[in-house]
Amino acid sequence: MTQARRIVIAGAGLAGLRAGEALRDGGFDGELTVIGDEPHPPYNRPPLSKQVLTGTMDPDRCRFPADRIQATWLLGTRAAALDRARRTILLHDGRQVPYDGLVIATGRRARPWPGRVPPLGVHTLRTVADSLALRRAVDPATRVAVLGAGFLGCEVAASLRTLGVATVTLIDIAPHPMPGLGPEIGARVAAMHAEHGVRLRLGTTVARFEGRRRVTALHMADGTRIPADVVLIALGSVPNTEWLAGSGLALHRGSVLCDTHCMAVGADRIAAAGDVAAWPHPRLSEPFQVEHWTNAGDMAKAAAANLLAAPAHRTPYTPVPTFWSDQYGAKIQSAGLFGHATRRTVVEDDPGSGRLVVEGDRDGELMGAVTVNRPRALIGYQRALAASPAPAA
Amino acid sequence: MRIEFDAALCDAHGQCVIVAPELFDLGDDDDAATLLDPQPGERLRGQAQAAADACPAAAIALAAADKLPR
Repeated sequence: MTQARRIVIAGAGLAGLRAGEALRDGGFDGELTVIGDEPHPPYNRPPLSKQVLTGTMDPDRCRFPADRIQATWLLGTRAAALDRARRTILLHDGRQVPYDGLVIATGRRARPWPGRVPPLGVHTLRTVADSLALRRAVDPATRVAVLGAGFLGCEVAASLRTLGVATVTLIDIAPHPMPGLGPEIGARVAAMHAEHGVRLRLGTTVARFEGRRRVTALHMADGTRIPADVVLIALGSVPNTEWLAGSGLALHRGSVLCDTHCMAVGADRIAAAGDVAAWPHPRLSEPFQVEHWTNAGDMAKAAAANLLAAPAHRTPYTPVPTFWSDQYGAKIQSAGLFGHATRRTVVEDDPGSGRLVVEGDRDGELMGAVTVNRPRALIGYQRALAASPAPAA
Repeated sequence: MRIEFDAALCDAHGQCVIVAPELFDLGDDDDAATLLDPQPGERLRGQAQAAADACPAAAIALAAADKLPR
C-alpha cells in the first residue's frame, strides 16, 4: 500500500501516537490525520492510578511529545461510522474524513456495572479527567469501596491508602486479588494490602448499590453491607468498536479481528493496534488481545509498518507480552502468556526482600513468568520466551 | 548521537535492557537502569529510539538535535 496519500489514525492514545511515528519513520510523507475523543493530545495513562491520583505527578507531565509527527489532530471528537466503500470515516460531529489507509486504535473504556448505580459517588478510571475526579472525591475520612481487585483496583487501593484515606475496601469475586496471576502472586498481593490497612472482601460480589442520589453502601451477595461514600468500578474494559457496526469488519469478542500482520481480516487498507485489536498468536488456539501499555506501542509500530508494506513484505507480529503493576513500592511484572499456563512453579520466594518469582508452563513448555521485585529475572524470562520457537497451538 | 537518561525517573522496568542491550543494563542492586554509553555511534540509533519509546517512565530521550525526523 505504498501509494497511500492519506492515512487516518482513529484513536489518539499511545497506540495512535506510536502508529503515527512509525508511519513517518517508515517514509510515509502524505497527509496524516489523528482522531481522538478526549480533548487532549496523547498522554501516558499508567500514572493515572498512581502518581496522578496521589498528587505526586502533575497531569501535564503525562503528555507525550506529540509534535514529533506532522499530523492534523482532530481532538474532542470521535469516529461514528466507517464507510469502507467510500473509504471515509464519519465523525460524531458530522464531518467526514477520507482515507487511503486506516489504523484503528480506538482503545477501550471502563466496563460499567451491569445494574443500576446511583448517579453520584460511583467512579471509573480510564482518563485523566477520571483520575482527577476520583482524587477530588476523596479525603481521609471518605469510605471508599473498590469493586474489582485486578491491577487497576489494586493500584487505586494502594494509592488511596498512600493518600491517607482510612477506609478502603477492596472487593473481588475471586478468592485472591490479581486473579489473572494465580494464587501465589495473589496471596502476596493480599498480604501487602492487608499490611497497609486495606479491608479485603474476596470471594463475594455486590448484589446492589444503596443510595438514591448518592451511593451510601454496597449490599453484598453474602448479605453483608459495606458503607461507602465513593465506589470505584474496576471490572475491566470494553472495546470502543461500536462505530464499526455495519462496516463489515470482523470482530472477536468486540475487538477488531486482525491477521498475524495486524491487518483487519479481509481489509487490505486497514490495520488495528493496541487493546482494541485481537490477533492470532502462534502459542494460542484463539485470537487474543493484550490490554497493556507495552503492547499498545509495539503493536502500533508493527501495524504501521505492515500498512505501508506490500502484502508479500509484511512481518508477523509475535511479541512476548509484558506488563507491570506498582503497589506500595513493590514492582509486579509479567512476561509471556502466564495466564495460559496449566502449571505454576514458585522458583524464588524471599518474604524479607519481597522477592517472588513464579514460572508458568504448559506441558513443560515455558509460557510465562510473574515476578515481584525481580526486574532482572523478568528480563531473563522475556529473552528466553522471545528466543524459544513457538509451536503451532 | 546523545542519549538523555533521567535516573531519578527510572523505575527499573527493564524494557530498555530488552530493546537496547548495547546501551542499557540494570544497576547492581536492580533498582534502576544504567546507561552504558551516553554518546553511542549512529549504528545504535534504532536501539536508542526503541529504548525511549519503550520506557514506561519516560526516563529516556534522544537529545533534541538527535531526534529522528518524523
